[in-house]
Amino acid sequence: MSTLLEATNISKNFGEFKALSDVSIQVPKHSIFGLLGPNGAGKTTLIRIINQIIMPDVGHVILDGEPLKPEHVQYIGYLPEERGLYKSMKVGEQALYLAQLKGLSYRQAKQRLNHWFEKFEISHWWDKKIEELSKGMAQKIQFIVTVLHQPKLLIFDEPFSGFDPINANLIKDEILQLRDEGATVIFSTHRMESVEELCDHIALIHQSKKILDGNLIDIKRKHKTNTFEVGLSSSNLSDLEKQISARFDISPADFRSLEDDLKLKINLKASETPNDLLTFLNANAYINHFVEVIPNANDIFIQTVKNNSL
Amino acid sequence: MNHLPLIIKREYLAKVKNKSFILMTFLSPLILVGLLSLVAYLTSVNNEKVRTIAVLDEAGFLNEALVSTDQMIYENLTDISLEEAKKLSNENNSYGLLHVPNLAIDEVSSQIKFYSKESPSLTLISNLESKIEKRLGELKLKKLGVDLSKIKAAKTYVDINQEDYQGVKTSKTGSFLKLIFGGAAGYLLFMFIIIYGNLIMRSVIEEKTSRIIEVIISSVKPMQLMLGKIFGTSLAGITQFAIWIVLIGVLSVVSSYIFGVDISATPQQELMSGAVADVNTNAELQAIISEFHSLPLLNLVVAFILFFAGGYLLYSSLYAAIGAAVDNETDTQQFLMPIVMLLVVGFYVGFFTSLEDPHGTISKVFSYIPFTSPIVMLIRIPFGVPIWEQALSFAILIFTFVITVWIAAKIYRVGILMYGKKPSYKELIKWLKY
Repeated sequence: MSTLLEATNISKNFGEFKALSDVSIQVPKHSIFGLLGPNGAGKTTLIRIINQIIMPDVGHVILDGEPLKPEHVQYIGYLPEERGLYKSMKVGEQALYLAQLKGLSYRQAKQRLNHWFEKFEISHWWDKKIEELSKGMAQKIQFIVTVLHQPKLLIFDEPFSGFDPINANLIKDEILQLRDEGATVIFSTHRMESVEELCDHIALIHQSKKILDGNLIDIKRKHKTNTFEVGLSSSNLSDLEKQISARFDISPADFRSLEDDLKLKINLKASETPNDLLTFLNANAYINHFVEVIPNANDIFIQTVKNNSL
Repeated sequence: MNHLPLIIKREYLAKVKNKSFILMTFLSPLILVGLLSLVAYLTSVNNEKVRTIAVLDEAGFLNEALVSTDQMIYENLTDISLEEAKKLSNENNSYGLLHVPNLAIDEVSSQIKFYSKESPSLTLISNLESKIEKRLGELKLKKLGVDLSKIKAAKTYVDINQEDYQGVKTSKTGSFLKLIFGGAAGYLLFMFIIIYGNLIMRSVIEEKTSRIIEVIISSVKPMQLMLGKIFGTSLAGITQFAIWIVLIGVLSVVSSYIFGVDISATPQQELMSGAVADVNTNAELQAIISEFHSLPLLNLVVAFILFFAGGYLLYSSLYAAIGAAVDNETDTQQFLMPIVMLLVVGFYVGFFTSLEDPHGTISKVFSYIPFTSPIVMLIRIPFGVPIWEQALSFAILIFTFVITVWIAAKIYRVGILMYGKKPSYKELIKWLKY
């Protein structure tokens, strides 16, 4: 898979404050790339550098094989975290203005806006002022404006904040569809469940440094600890627990089940396979729950940040 | 990509479509003309009041000198004593009583008295004085056996033409005219900067508080946005000024037609014309016209456009930077103070030094300092400033403008993305290095 955006060795200081130090990311084409990190880690700075709002002190960015230059703004659609529109300007005029700033002609902009407004069933908003709309309604307009010029690269900073679940879903589907139509998406968020749902690749930034990146599945594979969650029933549960603990490394587990089971997390050594465990358990108890513990993005996020804070 | 025209168009339309802007555009001339009409109307009502002045001329000098008019009736009292006359005129509600005692013509001049309930108006007294002076003078000449018609024939008006060694003509009237021209130009710039500079600042703050700024500058360079704002707002300002001038003109004509009052006939002007009343008014008018022609008109117009534009752009970039540095209008005060001070200093220095000596050291120095030079120069130019001085001053202005725009753009670029704490001057300087 080829790379759409490549940022190499980016550093940026604001006075004494280090916002980014030596951060590199590669965003594959047609992927959804999650840019994760705690507040103040430097995500927004990196996004602003990609948008050419600020210049890096060191490092360079390549978009679709070319070094980033001012003309590239029309290939990028950016939905900032701090969003807003001109309050006293009419919805239609404003959308037309912003679209023209992105290089669309008046006619093109008008045509595409009509299409989107019909799709979202908001055509009657055209002559309303932004200040007459609710926050969620204004966000929809902003989303349309962001994607209207059909950019190769879409950058969403916390796109779901301010949307109710229904509209958040609508936007999520739109993002997936845009990806399927060929766009590449960089997506910055704290909401880990949306990372699980959407992202193909992630990069984790913490205290101005990149501490983790790669394909989400690879990362999960790397972070799994060969641990299995089991639910067992037997006539004598305490004897069973002793038996297992003599053989394996166990800890209590908590999951929902219908039975009043012995619930355990069993950590296998690198040399052992799940089959070894199953064979052992099969001989000693009735197995009604057996699942590999796969770390979720949230766990990986918290653990990696913790390890790197030391 | 050059989006400047697009940005200018939006900024212009956003200003022009704004309700309070429209209201101000049409209401201000209405209020101004309304107030002036009111003043003029009240003044004329005041003038139309018929006043009766009782005259007790015991010596019989005045005779036909005091001729009754529509507004002034002179009532000659005869054969009564001064006490009786005072009582009578008080009872009749006369405006006052003029008493000329029965004395010889050489002694009477210092003994004439005017009695009234309230202190009489200044113009009335000076009017009476000049009439009596003229009459007594004629009587005295007659007594000396001089033929009045010969004196009238011999009367000559002299107007000394002043000129400096370089051949630049000057005169008292001319200086006055120049001061009005220069002062008006300087004041116009002063007001324009304050009104529309503030408008620019507010529109930058609006973009920050509505948080649209980040969307915009992901499409255009901050410098383009700033310049677009400055030009768009200036065009809106010029539109507003043009409408004001046209409206004030039309409304003045309409109001003078409706109320039958001449707005230019305000009390101040009566006083002024009263002060120069002894001079032949026709000659005065001609002097003004000739002075007007002797003004360096071409230089004036060109310099006005250049210095006006230069000064306005210089200040408006500062206003834009201030708008970018703060989050809300209440925080702007500490940054606005120095700007307004500079403007005020510029205007007062320009006006008062030109009154005293338009080519003195102070006015010269201030017409080179870029932040005061546009105003001071505009005031000074009618008095004749060598072209090289203007060119040098303008060059300094443009040079400073370029530097200021660069600094303002830096502050703007950083400031528009900064929220929260109000920055100090120290932090602003730090921003320049980002």
